[in-house]
Amino acid sequence: MSDNHIQFLLNDRLVTLNDIDPNTNVLGYLRNHANKSGTKEGCASGDCGACTVVVAEYIGGELTYKSLNACITLLPSLHGKQLITAEDLQDGDKLHPVQQAMVDFHGSQCGFCTPGFIMSLFALHKNFPDPSKHQTLEALAGNLCRCTGYRAIMDAAAAAKNHGPDQFDRNKAQTIATLSEIQSLAMTKLSSDGQEAYSPTSLGELSQLMLDNPKARLLAGGTDIVLEITQMMKQLGTIVYVGNVPELQQFDEDGDKFTLGAALPYTQFTPSIAAHYPEFGDMIERIGSLQVRNQGTLGGNVGNASPIGDTPPVLIALDARLNLRKGDDVRNIATEDYFVDYKVTSQQDSEFIQSIEIPKPSANQQLKVYKISKRFDDDISAVLAAFNFTIENDTVTAARIAFGGMAGVPARAKACEAALIGQPWTQATVDSAMAALAGDYTPMSDVRATKEYRMTVAQNLLQKAFIEMTQPQVNTGVVQYA
Amino acid sequence: MRKLIDLPTKQSSKIVGKVGASRKHESADKHVSGTATYIDDRPVMANHLHGAIGQSTIAHGTITSMDLSAVKAYPGVVDVLVADDVPGHLDIGPVFAGDPVLVKDKVEFMGQAIFAVAATSHEAAVKAAKLAVVEYDELEPVLSVKDALAKQNFVRPTHTQSRGDAATAISGSDNVLSGELQIGGQEHFYLEGQVSSAEPTEDGGMIVYTSSQHPSEVQILVAEVLGIPFNKVVIDMRRMGGGFGGKETQAAPWACLAALLANKTGCAVKLRLNRQDDMTVTGKRHPFENDYRVGFDNEGLVKGIEFNINGNCGYSPDLSDAIVDRAMFHSDNAYFLEHAHVVGNRCKTNTVSHTAYRGFGGPQGMISIEGVMDDIARAVGKDPLEVRKLNLYGQEDRNVTHYGQTVEHNILPMMIDKLEADCKYQERRAAITKFNKENQFIKKGIAITPVKFGISFTVQHLNQAGALIHLYTDGSIQLNHGGTEMGQGLNTKVAQVVAQEFQVDVDNILVTATRTDKVPNTSPTAASSGTDLNGKAAQAAAQTIRARLVEFCSEHFEVPSEQVIFSDNQVHIGEELSASHSVMPFAELVQLAYINRVSLSSTGFYKTPKIHYNREKADGRPFFYYANGVSCSEVVIDTLTGEYKVEQVDILHDVGDSLNPAIDIGQIEGAFVQGLGWLTTEELVWNEKGRLMTNGPATYKIPAIADMPEKFNVELLENEPNREATIYNSKAVGEPPFMHGISVWSALRDAVSSVADYKASPVLHTPSTPERVLAAVQAMKKA
Repeated sequence: MSDNHIQFLLNDRLVTLNDIDPNTNVLGYLRNHANKSGTKEGCASGDCGACTVVVAEYIGGELTYKSLNACITLLPSLHGKQLITAEDLQDGDKLHPVQQAMVDFHGSQCGFCTPGFIMSLFALHKNFPDPSKHQTLEALAGNLCRCTGYRAIMDAAAAAKNHGPDQFDRNKAQTIATLSEIQSLAMTKLSSDGQEAYSPTSLGELSQLMLDNPKARLLAGGTDIVLEITQMMKQLGTIVYVGNVPELQQFDEDGDKFTLGAALPYTQFTPSIAAHYPEFGDMIERIGSLQVRNQGTLGGNVGNASPIGDTPPVLIALDARLNLRKGDDVRNIATEDYFVDYKVTSQQDSEFIQSIEIPKPSANQQLKVYKISKRFDDDISAVLAAFNFTIENDTVTAARIAFGGMAGVPARAKACEAALIGQPWTQATVDSAMAALAGDYTPMSDVRATKEYRMTVAQNLLQKAFIEMTQPQVNTGVVQYA
Repeated sequence: MRKLIDLPTKQSSKIVGKVGASRKHESADKHVSGTATYIDDRPVMANHLHGAIGQSTIAHGTITSMDLSAVKAYPGVVDVLVADDVPGHLDIGPVFAGDPVLVKDKVEFMGQAIFAVAATSHEAAVKAAKLAVVEYDELEPVLSVKDALAKQNFVRPTHTQSRGDAATAISGSDNVLSGELQIGGQEHFYLEGQVSSAEPTEDGGMIVYTSSQHPSEVQILVAEVLGIPFNKVVIDMRRMGGGFGGKETQAAPWACLAALLANKTGCAVKLRLNRQDDMTVTGKRHPFENDYRVGFDNEGLVKGIEFNINGNCGYSPDLSDAIVDRAMFHSDNAYFLEHAHVVGNRCKTNTVSHTAYRGFGGPQGMISIEGVMDDIARAVGKDPLEVRKLNLYGQEDRNVTHYGQTVEHNILPMMIDKLEADCKYQERRAAITKFNKENQFIKKGIAITPVKFGISFTVQHLNQAGALIHLYTDGSIQLNHGGTEMGQGLNTKVAQVVAQEFQVDVDNILVTATRTDKVPNTSPTAASSGTDLNGKAAQAAAQTIRARLVEFCSEHFEVPSEQVIFSDNQVHIGEELSASHSVMPFAELVQLAYINRVSLSSTGFYKTPKIHYNREKADGRPFFYYANGVSCSEVVIDTLTGEYKVEQVDILHDVGDSLNPAIDIGQIEGAFVQGLGWLTTEELVWNEKGRLMTNGPATYKIPAIADMPEKFNVELLENEPNREATIYNSKAVGEPPFMHGISVWSALRDAVSSVADYKASPVLHTPSTPERVLAAVQAMKKA
């Protein structure tokens, strides 16, 4: 975007928007401005998937297709991308193969969730021409259907495999050419009626913008912040969109740690994390939905400072560190020192999370991660447990334990750790550590769980971790991961 | 005169989409391409305004002052509407009074509409509506069934169904058990929220586009709040993005408010509820707290039973009388209760008024008796399936329900035996027993539960329907009926019926939007009755026109009427193989009939036969027939966390002769998963002030795709036509399979019971969240 306009492809048509409120979400743009009502509003909170659209991005020489929730995606993030909706899939009078499969397998009933499913299926088959059941479930976990019971949709998804090239493949060269051209004209600012958004393209620009606008709201994936617009009916004020800052998108791996740019979406860094910490990777697959993970970032999950964010307890247990930048100054702090109180952090005005450093596992170290929620997928934790043990010669030589959902902030279980460290790795030690855990937290009751359940399950998860580590032959889980 | 069109010569050799074919949903192509139009997708008119409601912020009390100046001053606001502005009736209670369209002074639940705003945009209306300054005299809210019972706070009088002498039978039994089950409510979570758009007409009336299961009621209520005759209001309803009962009565308030705002401003007004508001201000499935006392012999045979069926109705009657009645009607499910005393209380609480939801009270009655069967089995040390079989209705005796209806064509015992064999219940039961002995932390459970669900509105006059068919001179057919399409495939099935009657391709038939000016005085599309009623009405209309065509052919071609045969998009006239035999395309006959001045349009009407019921005596035949089903669920639970997974579900279901197997299977699968959600993850939480805390999909969790059972086998019972003369001997399918979800709950209890070596029956209220399962496991460890 050059000054005060953004450009993107709406299917195959180049759209230039001037003077549009940057608080406008893509769903509102489609339905109210572009007269495309095929994309439906089910919840406007990113939880139902009815408004799923696909955005094609040209990165690293490839066109990649990502499903996302149009309700929690703001227009500034569309610049330089291709937006595809359910109305665009038909090729002449011929339905797209994923559409035809949904018809053939009776995958729609009331039809209101269907355009969203279609777009999730479209992206799935673009990324995996012959998707596995697991990949299909992952792609569709964020699309709620109240009518079908899903079996027909699973069958349709399987039937659409290897569907061959479609018009998007045929038009690929043209699409890439257009996207490359508009990407080169980077958007810098979009404003209307006193609402403004900036889109810096370097770390330096970002730092300066934050110095100039200390109270500006950072927009990365937007999967939480946009709810202020759609649910609380607020305006965000000055927005700084960080999706075009290359330094925040980097993934570095050196000797003993990974460094993750704060604005890397989950789906991009999860495989690297999972290679070293499989349980962390499995848990990330249960954060939100694929639509959310295609946009949501680790920096956002930390910066949001929710007591029920899923990654902070794991980062704390792993002794991950944050690089906070303000202007040219960078300070490196322990993740647990970031969280001060309920929704209060040690981040200062003009400061932002630049990256997160996660140590690589050492010998004899084992990470156990558990997420407890009412629903397996796309639910918020009642309790999230992260246990980082080092066991040497049947003795606990190190233990960092952190929980989410047990206090106003994601927090260490220090009494529990103390009951373990230096002790023999036995049931008796675990029993005393479970008892000690009761002194670490005073959990609350809310819609997700009572305080009693939270404490009991937190204690039992330590028991479970012990059994799984010491008696791997014992069946302990109903939850099957990948 | 314009000449008749030339007809294409191509004719298919057999018709497409006849009765019994797995025809795709009539809107499937539009659904997948985003071109199916819902109310909010309709183009808006110039000056179209957007409505929003102002909600009460307390659950119970009286408004002492209301300052709307900030609302009116908000940019974009055109007008506001309060109770005193309503020209006609203020009360829009569907059956009994009690539902003011806007509160005048007395607030009865948190979120109740106290005023409405019209503004130039949806956002402006919603934002402005939050700016009211309202003061109240607060009263203590009643928020629980127990509290309502203690205070005898009811929306309708208590009703009793009784046969024999339950108290004596219980006291004379070998064993007596008692218990209580708390059954959670359920949010409909139709993906399309409530929405209506009202446009004033030149006659001082209104045309209202609404997402409603009951257009005729919306018509009446809109006319009544406006104080105008019914004939000035037209309701247009093309499709809903899901209904499930949640748009039977709950669509009307927003239609009425849109119409009132349109009337006041002179502009078209659309009123759409945001999801949070929708969940806060519309009724849900009734929570129930039912208790029982049962006497049984040492084999587990029930001798006598007393039930108190206590429905949490919320603040007003709405449909609660019939809902609690249906819970009582289904407190036997499939079992002969020789001496039964069933008391139904309609508890009044200061929450939103609970309403129709798939099953309409039936599920809450049925799960109670299923829980009793499990409890008896644990007490006598038998497999619960044995106890269930022992208590089933008989064929020639033990076959009359506690409300006096004879259970005819009782195919459930046969269905249970078939499913038990097909899903290898006994082998799996043995394997599970072994598994549970070998595993300390993970336990499995399995259960088979039956469903016997009564089909008909228990309000007798609702069992009627109308249809309207037009034939045009190109041979195409327009079909309209009083039912509403909410995804269940009603329009598809009814079109198939008409295709069958005329022996033409179903593509030839267009089902148009349900409109009160086409088919008047309709019943809601509810009680699973949509196809039974409207299919029959459409068949009647088609048969009327066909009879006219036959009569015309017979006279015109001078052949006996039995020699006029409709077949394969054609009409065969004259004696077959004779020289005078001729074959004419259907469209050609229509043209010929038109030229010869034969009426090509007809209404059709249907009323359900045989049904009668004396509510005072609680005796009669309220149901035309029963739909049956049986399901087997296997679950695995984690005794450390309470987490669980549904590993396998097998369902055998009775739809009579299926009109459309693909649609019926879709209904069964969808209903099962919805029932699964009701009993597992879908938890409604109100706080101590009466505020609904689970007001969005972030906190209220309906099943997602991975919650579908790992193995999910659904089979339609074959070669068992409905013995009653229903439309092509099919059976209703909308609600009955919802109750297959009960087998999941029973299987969870089975798994939990294993912790106590099946010697105790766990208390497991619903929804059985992981938290409740863990609590039940811990209680079993102490049992």
